[in-house]
Amino acid sequence: METQIRNYTINFGPQHPSAHGVLRLVLEMDGEVIERADPHIGLLHRGTEKLIEYKSYLQAVPYFDRLDYVTPQNQEHAYALAVEKLLGIEVPLRGQYIRVLYAEIGRLLNHLFNICAFAMDVGAATPMLWGFEEREHLMEFCERVSGARMHMGYFRPGGVARDMPAGLADDIYAWSEKFPSAIDDTETLLTENRIFKQRTVDISPITAEQAFDLSFTGPNLRAAGVPWDLRKAQPYEIYDQLEFGIPVGTHGDCYDRYLVRILEMRESVKLLQQCLEKMPAGPVKVDDRKISPPSRSEMKDSMEALIHHFKLFSEGYRVPAGETYTAVEAPKGEFGVYLVSDGTNKPYRCKLRTPGFPFLQAVNFLCKGHMLADVVSVIGSLDIVFGEIDR
Amino acid sequence: MGFIRHSVRVVLWTELLSGMALTFRTMFKPRFTINYPYEKGPLSPRFRGEHALRRYPNGEERCIACKLCEAICPAQAITIEAEPREDGSRRTTRYDIDNNKCIYCGFCEEACPVDAIVEGPNFEYSAETREELMYDKEKLLANGERWETQLADRLAADAPYR
Repeated sequence: METQIRNYTINFGPQHPSAHGVLRLVLEMDGEVIERADPHIGLLHRGTEKLIEYKSYLQAVPYFDRLDYVTPQNQEHAYALAVEKLLGIEVPLRGQYIRVLYAEIGRLLNHLFNICAFAMDVGAATPMLWGFEEREHLMEFCERVSGARMHMGYFRPGGVARDMPAGLADDIYAWSEKFPSAIDDTETLLTENRIFKQRTVDISPITAEQAFDLSFTGPNLRAAGVPWDLRKAQPYEIYDQLEFGIPVGTHGDCYDRYLVRILEMRESVKLLQQCLEKMPAGPVKVDDRKISPPSRSEMKDSMEALIHHFKLFSEGYRVPAGETYTAVEAPKGEFGVYLVSDGTNKPYRCKLRTPGFPFLQAVNFLCKGHMLADVVSVIGSLDIVFGEIDR
Repeated sequence: MGFIRHSVRVVLWTELLSGMALTFRTMFKPRFTINYPYEKGPLSPRFRGEHALRRYPNGEERCIACKLCEAICPAQAITIEAEPREDGSRRTTRYDIDNNKCIYCGFCEEACPVDAIVEGPNFEYSAETREELMYDKEKLLANGERWETQLADRLAADAPYR
């Protein structure tokens, strides 16, 4: 007798531990094979874009921390660059170096988290514990410079909030010399491991063509073999003065995405060391009292500085009318800010281009025909964070 | 050659065994974790924790109700009401921070022209109800008294950078 098997629909998430946040994936299954994956978003929607329209340019900075909360500083970076472009100002060299230094720390934070969470999703718990030890060091560096371990609020339009405290540069350098051995340890556990490879090799491969069609950016695009990196393609800040390579993959499968991230971490360490070696002395924010507030000692002594202080912290600064799209190579891909100013102290519109959104759109394409267990590998390797997708 | 190496690895489990050896060796390394309630990680002078309202050494409260912190707060967590005191000086009659809303960005501390509102080193103020996190002026001043030595040290340590 023949039995009819009906397609089965299951909900993956929003409370699934491997759903990386609040992803709800409606999966149409044929046995254990996925016919269709339908991501549902919006469970973490906070209306960031609309809220930014009601905040002054400085007040909008903390909102960017809370988009992709694994790498707060890189989002702030894009916003700061966008506002600076509209204001037509250039950040002093030391400020640029500090920003690049912390942007790379953000990249390390992200890749460490992603690789370890990915490994844990496919069944390897140890890298998570080791990776979080390194993340702890990095978050300590963030805390020492900004006062917060994650939501730094450190990159401001016009520079950075405060200079790095004495001794921090040495500590970061000492850490960066030891860190590659920690990457080696993670690689010993994962790269050749047959269980890890069985879960990742040839899972959801993507060609360069398909990756372009799905508007992939960042490590996921590079894993498909396209050497596209905004740090090289349209260098911002001081990236054109630093030496680093762009690792690319060949197959664009989950394993290549993992390898690209591992290699990018090694490149980031080189960038960290170059930044620390070349970092000049000098101011860290623009010396324009109409944009960046005066130092506290100046504010307490000079009436003019006090007026500037009051003006900046109540009304804020006015940005000339205009619009800009500024993008940075955030660890997950191209993070862009489309900022429209109407000449007032608040942005008229702020559209955020987050890298995670196209990745999530591709989940259906990538999962189709794979097994249920592979969904976890795909989501883990795509590096999806819901703060930036739902925003 | 690659095929032979691969076959040897598959048969002899070399990559699994080297991974296990690494995990085993790690057992003899000094541990990185700390025994939290009894041991705590380091905090820098810039750490942004629980709020406090400070007083001058003579006991006079610093806050002059300029409301800059209220204006800059991105989460609109601060509410201030003020009127002249009997001696004619301007002081707050109400200074509330809703810590449920607060995002700990530190802008209030940066905005304050008299170093009155600060974000202190305390991060252990969790509560079981929302009401307990609605801080009024009394609570904030009490925090200031409790943490004053550390707050003054922190501000002095970070003064060259501010």
